[in-house]
Amino acid sequence: MSMKLNTRQVDGVTILDLSGRITLGEGSVQLRDAIRDLLGKGQKKILLNLADVNYIDSSGIGELVSAYTTVRNQGGELKLLNLTKKVHDLLQITKLYTVFDIKDDEASAIASYARV
Amino acid sequence: MSRQHGEEEHLTGSKASRITYTLESSLDSVNRVEQTAEQMAKKAGMEEDEVFRVAMAVREAAVNAVLHGNSYDPEKRITASFENTGDSLVIRIADQGKGLDPATLPDPLAPENLLRGSGRGIFLIRSFMDEVHFKQLHPGTELTLIKHLGTAQTGS
Repeated sequence: MSMKLNTRQVDGVTILDLSGRITLGEGSVQLRDAIRDLLGKGQKKILLNLADVNYIDSSGIGELVSAYTTVRNQGGELKLLNLTKKVHDLLQITKLYTVFDIKDDEASAIASYARV
Repeated sequence: MSRQHGEEEHLTGSKASRITYTLESSLDSVNRVEQTAEQMAKKAGMEEDEVFRVAMAVREAAVNAVLHGNSYDPEKRITASFENTGDSLVIRIADQGKGLDPATLPDPLAPENLLRGSGRGIFLIRSFMDEVHFKQLHPGTELTLIKHLGTAQTGS
């Protein structure tokens, strides 16, 4: 039921492959901790791969927003990759679809990060 | 309007039954309420997208009751009732908290609120259900969520 999270590094970008549910008490806290760890290690180019996230509630949406603002406030970039239809629809009705930088191809997503 | 679904669904229509749970203020209760709503919506013949929306709205209402209403207080309970009236699903979620005035909730779509980390629950409930009613219980709040079964079907 709960969320799984794997971390990969590709060309200086940290990809978090998330799967399962991002909800109150399940994925939300894991995601927050993961983002904090990455920022603590100076990894500020973060790509959240949501291809296998089949469920997200308002708490999970809030966590995505918090992750986005936290990373941005530290001079980094957080982008979203491969939204499922449910997550896509939720971001659209909450008007967050235009707030996030949303990609549907991993290679071009990685290329879109600013080079140091 | 004539009945679209044959099968045995007419039984629930003529003999509307209500299931009521009294639950502690925990995330387990939230999950249980969500699952009950999901099963109920499926049984009513809703399509997958609508099942998801109803279950999510009910989950959000239960989260509000447990988290914002009862503040996880072990002394307080939430009650959840589920009823298929034949033409609607009616779900009531009540808490024993301080009460909620929906008029005071900030609009999560306002530009200044878009980047807030919370405050979207009631908005999503309203987006996904056909009717949402708030009732003050003194103490507590009861939300009634209604989904009309007619509009849940893609009319052809």
